Amino acid sequence: MDSHTVAAQTAETAHAEHEHPAFLRHHFESVEQQRESATFGMWLFLLTEIMFFGGLFCAYLIFRNWYYPAFVAGSHSLHLWAGTLNTTLLIISSFTMAMAVHASETRVRKALIGWMIATIILGSGFLCVKAYEWHDEWVEHHVPGLNFSPQGFLHGTKDYPDDKLSLDMAEKTQVYFSLYFAMTGMHALHMIIGVSLLTILLIQAWGGKYVEGHVAPIENFGLYWHFVDIVWIFLFPLLYLIRRHQ
Amino acid sequence: MPGPSEPTHHEEHIVSPKLYLVIGATLLIFTGITVGASLIDLPGDLNAVVALAIACIKMTLVVLFFMHVKYSSQLTKLTVAAGFFTFIVLITMTMTDYISRAWGRW
Amino acid sequence: MSTILTLPDQATARLPKVSYLNKEYGLKSWLLTGDHKRIAMLYFISITFFFFIGGAMAGLIRLELLTPPSDLLAADTYNKVFTAHGIIMVFLFLVPSVPATIGNFLIPIMVGAKDLAFPKINLLSWYLYVAAGTMMISVLAFGGVDTGWTFTTPLSTHYLNTHVISAGIAVFIAGFSSIFTGLNFIVTIHRMRAPGMTWFRLPLFVWSHYAASILMVLGTPVLAITLVLVILERTIGIGVFDPTKGGDPLLFQHLFWFYSHPAVYIMILPGMGVISEVISTFSRKRVFGYTAVAFSSVAIAVFGFFVWAHHMFIMGISNYSALVFSLLTMLVAVPSAIKIFNWSATLYKGSITFETPMLYAFGFIGLFTIGGLTGVFLGSMGMDIHLTETYFIVAHFHFVMVGGMLMAYLSGVHFWWPKITGRMYPEGVSKLAAVITFVGFVLTFFPQFILGYLGMPRRYAAYPPEFQVLNVFSSAGASVLGVGYLLPLLYLTWSLKYGKIAGANPWQATGLEWQIQSPPLTENFVDTPIVTHEAYDYEWLESKKGSEVPTVG
Repeated sequence: MDSHTVAAQTAETAHAEHEHPAFLRHHFESVEQQRESATFGMWLFLLTEIMFFGGLFCAYLIFRNWYYPAFVAGSHSLHLWAGTLNTTLLIISSFTMAMAVHASETRVRKALIGWMIATIILGSGFLCVKAYEWHDEWVEHHVPGLNFSPQGFLHGTKDYPDDKLSLDMAEKTQVYFSLYFAMTGMHALHMIIGVSLLTILLIQAWGGKYVEGHVAPIENFGLYWHFVDIVWIFLFPLLYLIRRHQ
Repeated sequence: MPGPSEPTHHEEHIVSPKLYLVIGATLLIFTGITVGASLIDLPGDLNAVVALAIACIKMTLVVLFFMHVKYSSQLTKLTVAAGFFTFIVLITMTMTDYISRAWGRW
Repeated sequence: MSTILTLPDQATARLPKVSYLNKEYGLKSWLLTGDHKRIAMLYFISITFFFFIGGAMAGLIRLELLTPPSDLLAADTYNKVFTAHGIIMVFLFLVPSVPATIGNFLIPIMVGAKDLAFPKINLLSWYLYVAAGTMMISVLAFGGVDTGWTFTTPLSTHYLNTHVISAGIAVFIAGFSSIFTGLNFIVTIHRMRAPGMTWFRLPLFVWSHYAASILMVLGTPVLAITLVLVILERTIGIGVFDPTKGGDPLLFQHLFWFYSHPAVYIMILPGMGVISEVISTFSRKRVFGYTAVAFSSVAIAVFGFFVWAHHMFIMGISNYSALVFSLLTMLVAVPSAIKIFNWSATLYKGSITFETPMLYAFGFIGLFTIGGLTGVFLGSMGMDIHLTETYFIVAHFHFVMVGGMLMAYLSGVHFWWPKITGRMYPEGVSKLAAVITFVGFVLTFFPQFILGYLGMPRRYAAYPPEFQVLNVFSSAGASVLGVGYLLPLLYLTWSLKYGKIAGANPWQATGLEWQIQSPPLTENFVDTPIVTHEAYDYEWLESKKGSEVPTVG
């Protein structure tokens, strides 16, 4: 029997759980150190995400300044109700995720599972609305490089008659939509990854994990989830709310 | 004997569900405000400023309370600050080029 | 010649019975390991492999440039060769070189921990590296990419039909390997130091890696998004870099260099950490101005983020912002210079001996100083307009990267070889290799400063005949350099079986890594160390001389 098996058995038969819980990894001195390290690691990862999205925000800022009328028209063509609904769904999902972390901290299994399911449903709802919006853009020939046509921007719309653009500026709406798809696409990719990871955590929680003192994975996933929410909190006004007043 | 890098026990603070509810509701209210404000014609660039300001407030609430940064170590706070700082450097210093291109030659 | 090397009696010395090398056997125990030392060795082997491929590319370049016309390689092929050389050397060698090998091995030991904070992520980092490298090799096999390692738009997005996307994906993956390494280091250094190991008792090697890790974590993601945008531009044609659609090719360069300038500091800082350790050990003196050197590492990291557009002075950015970046570039040279001053002050009145690591360190100080100073010339906008895109730039970055970083890497490999393997390398031939490398380097790259100043452009397969003499010197030097690099490959491998047994502390160096057996145990320490002495405390080392280093078996 090698040393690892012996160590694992000793861990399982430890009396008090804080003495040597099974989830404490051997290179850490204490559960506290492990938890703090994991959270710090997740924050550092989120820093990389800030800089990753940062490049897109930088591009957005530049082109919005250069092609403001095109950005206005492009923004008007998005469904305000869809954006508002999505923002609402994500904010509520951040609430449910925070509650899930709380359930893990207070060791209530049923609550943990319930809040995690709620978060998954809300996140999936977001993705459904997004899919609908994207389908709409496709139908209206707003997808850059694939089927883009500036035709729709040469005349104003019912709600925004002033959105009549010259051909030159109408073609610049492709830049707006490039950024729209790049930013919401990258965000959606992070949402998909998030929902998938959360599903895995849910299955593990169903099996009894994360309610016996091992909070870090739920807590740190929560950090990731909130971060993705924050990205959307900025995407919403930047993409949907450009000069919305009539 | 704990080493100098071992954290003191501060992560024990558990945020109450009531606070989460208040913050969540506040975020939703701010969402309503930002949509409402966008439908009003404000002078100059104020629409954009207001929208971004509200987004920053929402972000701050999420970071401080949902992400527990208010109750976290100095290190966590410093880390978050470092991230924002670098992001700001990227944006502002790139903008120095784009803003001043139209200023013409010396 | 005097030496501080003290080996145990070779007649009775044995390698320790148990170490990280023989704790477990079999391929799986290596490929699925969590042990930072084994991962460091995995990296060491793969990095060496890619180094020699990149070196072969360099050989082709120098062969082609022996004659003015493009007679060995067609121009397009030449472009592919220097692109491969650049991508492989930058992303697959220089960026991971010291951190992923020596850093991975030593950081936990130097802070007094059993392993890095996230061993599985460490292993993932290696697998990502291998995936990136494999992808890059297949790009080469399928016809290569000819954009230059800088992927400049609109060439890379609109005018080429080579494997830009695959190369971009390879670099993207390599970037994540780097991010995970940096993330691991930062958490380990903050959270896993042993009792008594305060920040200012850490070896300067750790400070350098900390600063480099900050750059890895904050800078690399911007490269990642840039590559994503290039791929989207090439596949779908989104238009962010396309002027005909309203985009700006310069935006690519801003985002690319926002990472790639800090990247050069990611490359050099760990090397500087090595030099601090080596200079101190072989002068038997604490590093002069510890605090200044520590803070200058962090200062290089911070200032390094403010200067990227000095790579873009002639590209069409506004003169006003170029002025700002030029001024800031002057500022970033200061912390590097502080280090050189401090190392020189360390040498002053020290008991200097000239073992191989010290030879490489001296080479570093001389060559890095020259390279760094020429960097200041280039930071001045007026000079740069004349010198950019010429061989002056090529010479500048090879002086800092090859004369600087690669020499520091070799210095570190030799310095810690006895710790990592338990055996000494052969001192005679290694000193010879160091000298050959130095001579070869100067012969290869010094003529290139002159060539650049005279106006020879870089990245050209053919050149005007008046430049041939200097090019021939450079190519001759390259063959000498090649010998200098091949020798360590041979004698280090030889030493694995036939090298003298080194013992725990052959150099009588300070630092926790020298207080444990060579090679170390998997868990590094038998008991958690409790640190009571400052860094580079040679008096403390003297007082410890009596006690035996605990070995197992």
